[in-house]
Amino acid sequence: MKNPDAALMKYREYLGIDGIDGPLVVVRKTHPVGFRELAEIRDQSGTIRLGQVLDTSRDAVLLQMFHDTSGLTLPSSRVRFLGEPLTVGVTREMLGRVFNGLGQPIDGGPRPVGVREADVNGLPVNPTARVYPRNYIQTGVSVIDGMNTLIRGQKLPIFSGSGLPHNELAVQITRQAQTAEGNDNFAVIFAAMGVKHDVARYVIRSFEESGVMDRVALFLSLAGDPSIERLITPRAALTAAEYLAYDQGMHVLVLMTDMSNYCESLREISTVRGEIPSRKGYPGYLYSDLAELYERSGMVETSEGSITQLPMLTMPNDDISHPIPDLTGYITEGQIVFDRELHGRNIYPPVAALPSLSRLMKDGIGEKMTRGDHPHLAGQLFSSYSYVKDIRNLASVIGEEELTPIDKTYMEFGSFFEGSFVKQRMDENRTMEQTLELGWEALRILPVEELHRMSEEELETYL
Amino acid sequence: MRRQVGIVDRVHGPVVEARECQSGMMMELVHVGEAGLVGEIIKLSGNRGVIQVYEDTTGLAPGQPVYGTGMPLSVQLGPGLLGRIYDGIQRPLVDLKERMGTFISRGEQIPALNGDALFSFTPITTLDERVSGGTVIGTVPEGERMIHRIMVPPGLSGKILFIADAGSYRAADEIALLEDDTGRKHSLTMIQHWPIRQARPVRRRLQLSRPLVTGQRVIDTLFPLAKGGTVAIPGGFGTGKTMTQHAVAKWCDADVIIYIGCGERGNEMTDVLREFPLLVDPRSGTSLMDRTILIANTSNMPVSAREASIYTGASLAEYYRDQGYHVAVMADSTSRWAEALRELSGRMEEMPAEEGFPAYLPTRIAQFYERAGAMETLSGYEGSVSIIGAVSPPGGDFSEPVTQHTKRFVRCFWALDRQLANARHYPAIGWLESYSEYIDDLEAYWKEQGQGGWISHRRTILDLLQREVRLLQVVKLVGPDALPDSQRFILEVCSLFKRAFLQQDAFDEVDRFTSIEKQANMLKLLLQYWDMGSRAISRGATVIQLRRMKVVQELMKMKFRSDDNWDSLEGKLQRAFDRLELLYEES
Repeated sequence: MKNPDAALMKYREYLGIDGIDGPLVVVRKTHPVGFRELAEIRDQSGTIRLGQVLDTSRDAVLLQMFHDTSGLTLPSSRVRFLGEPLTVGVTREMLGRVFNGLGQPIDGGPRPVGVREADVNGLPVNPTARVYPRNYIQTGVSVIDGMNTLIRGQKLPIFSGSGLPHNELAVQITRQAQTAEGNDNFAVIFAAMGVKHDVARYVIRSFEESGVMDRVALFLSLAGDPSIERLITPRAALTAAEYLAYDQGMHVLVLMTDMSNYCESLREISTVRGEIPSRKGYPGYLYSDLAELYERSGMVETSEGSITQLPMLTMPNDDISHPIPDLTGYITEGQIVFDRELHGRNIYPPVAALPSLSRLMKDGIGEKMTRGDHPHLAGQLFSSYSYVKDIRNLASVIGEEELTPIDKTYMEFGSFFEGSFVKQRMDENRTMEQTLELGWEALRILPVEELHRMSEEELETYL
Repeated sequence: MRRQVGIVDRVHGPVVEARECQSGMMMELVHVGEAGLVGEIIKLSGNRGVIQVYEDTTGLAPGQPVYGTGMPLSVQLGPGLLGRIYDGIQRPLVDLKERMGTFISRGEQIPALNGDALFSFTPITTLDERVSGGTVIGTVPEGERMIHRIMVPPGLSGKILFIADAGSYRAADEIALLEDDTGRKHSLTMIQHWPIRQARPVRRRLQLSRPLVTGQRVIDTLFPLAKGGTVAIPGGFGTGKTMTQHAVAKWCDADVIIYIGCGERGNEMTDVLREFPLLVDPRSGTSLMDRTILIANTSNMPVSAREASIYTGASLAEYYRDQGYHVAVMADSTSRWAEALRELSGRMEEMPAEEGFPAYLPTRIAQFYERAGAMETLSGYEGSVSIIGAVSPPGGDFSEPVTQHTKRFVRCFWALDRQLANARHYPAIGWLESYSEYIDDLEAYWKEQGQGGWISHRRTILDLLQREVRLLQVVKLVGPDALPDSQRFILEVCSLFKRAFLQQDAFDEVDRFTSIEKQANMLKLLLQYWDMGSRAISRGATVIQLRRMKVVQELMKMKFRSDDNWDSLEGKLQRAFDRLELLYEES
């Protein structure tokens, strides 16, 4: 859109705006303004607020502000349109720094000078330019490594509930994660949306304690910050991640918490705009909007690097069919689901084995990657544990005493599986060998004819 | 000279309003703004027009021009489509990558067919012959095994004035000249254009009579799909919609596969691109990619192109059908397509019906599925388009509008079950909710294959599975011990049937594809075990004895057998029961 005057237009300032409705601002009689262009509004005191163009026409421009609009007056506000969408200056120097939700530094340091300015909205990756992810990451957490293996370049969300230890698990994974070749060219991007200060502090402190702080970039839009800012936070964070991964060849782990807050902000702005809501008041484009974020992960042909996403979300009322976890599950490559009952029985991490899934696992485990028996072992554990769930239901009706002997064995298997395989300490880092051995230990409780997913050779070698 | 058809007046998301649009045509393909973004005029009122833009509109401002192309949004059809990957509006993604790198930016126009490739043409028509739409005028080989038939575009007819000699030509070279009845001359190349939203004409619809053999046991045996039929695969996330689509795309006996990745993950398309070229089609011995066209409009690509991708895929399918081929279209997922409709409808401020979806949603779904069918083509061949549409119901709840409306227009339903998926029972097609209305149409085919018992076997096993559900409800209350052995044996047989027959390992060299004959034999053996077993129980055998029979292990593993020595297994089963009989007769 190169208009000869465009370069000059960003200096043109309009005095007075024509309407404010929550985060939305209307400006009439402007020059032709581009869709999604960045705008800044300066009030009497000189404070600058940023916003972006949501709707542009000959008569009026509708702006969505990222900052609070309280205190703005109609006649004395000054508006400038900057001629381009919101960008973040990306550079390796972003590591070790703290930014606000819009990508501006808030740690007192200067704004890092970007190697280039990158549009926070990003661009879709051409599917033919992607590399299918297949290198596993050893997280040291048995229930993940053994049954829901994390792959470099995967997007694997944690479906949690309020009060459940998802931040602890995320921190543990960040601390322990290592790949087969032990590459140390890694970075961590932490995007916090609407989380409480003490949660953010817990995460930052644990980064400091494990001595990785100089490899971490933080994008914080905390609970006290304006909710609209949260719509940009993950985009700014992922823009930085894309630069580090695809330009600098680093392995980037992106932690995003809490996606539920992000979705709530989206609903808020959609309601103010008077859009037709779909389920539970969320806009109909929630799926596409989330996909714009989650799809910014993976690996590409032109770079060694990768982006692995671990988004966290709290399921409202622990309801997995709520639109937020539901649509997330449709986009991401699996999910780690937390179970309040396990948490109540003091099992950490309280990962519900059955609804959890890693879709990329099948291509990243087995011979030459983890171990030849891994695929069957995982399948057998799933299948047997699923039977345990059925028996427990039965036992709750007829009583444990009435169960058949084989069913009682299954009950025993169930408690070992939960109490020893799933359960581990927050600082316990198990190797893949240890995890698989624990899995076999659980299977040894069952009679051999129940292990119908294992091959003869595997039974011979490991049982 | 570009024809200006309007001036941008308002931009909100992918919907652009324009003024001074008098000369624009409804559904005309337009280029919007200086960047030339691809769009389509979807509404005209007075001198104002509404344009749906297929690319990201960031930076587009009022006052910029809109240029018309004089034709509706069309696909380019001709040799060289197979084995390639396109986006929702048929831009070749590999060429886009060469032009723009890893990320897809905007405003690039690249023709769908490679203009420089040479094809070896063999003429079929002769000079002065009268031809009409659909007449095959020549052939070119496409890939290693396909014969691509070059046809007169539908709607044209007349006399051949010139036909090229056999030889190598580029797709855009003139290969024939046709004079119609009014004396106008039309130059024909190997390429034709077709508006994507319009179904290609055929001579007549045919009765469906052959199954689309997929090699997936639960499908072929229990819920078969006919060639030219339609099926919906609904299922919550993680229940295996994409895995089922992939399995069918890999192993079904269609000649051409159109795989539409509509609003789904980028990595899934990458997976297909990586895996298909390595897999060999068991029927032709060539790479699976040679018969496949991919349409990828992943979830982060513009929604309006997602809306178009379904029609692009259907048009490509119909083109190959017209050449006399059997085509299978996988649409993954039609829910994302419906959501794109909803989003665009919302932007145009239309009155919503259920859950914000536009009132015309059922009409659009019906139009799409009606493009399937077995047809006698204009050229007299028999060809078919089968449509396999995945549906992603929110919360896995099948009562939502897209699933419900889809159910009205498909005749086969493969319902994916969350419980099965959680227990890693794949494919997780539930036998209680799924159905197929093609059973009667396909009975004759199974008889031809020498498997006349199919209908009654199928009914027996479905009946057992139904009885199992009722028994399991009792078991839930009082435990399995309370049931008599005759009923416990039903549970035993059903559990064996699920493990030995319904579960299929998509990654096992042998198990991933099961021929019709093997399926029939497996089912027959399992039902023999049921028959002999229930007879034995009525004479005093116990379930425990039956469960411990060595031959049960063999039945369990028969899916991994690649030999076809079924008689010996049958004999073993018979002998095992004979021995058992001696045992309980002694006691």
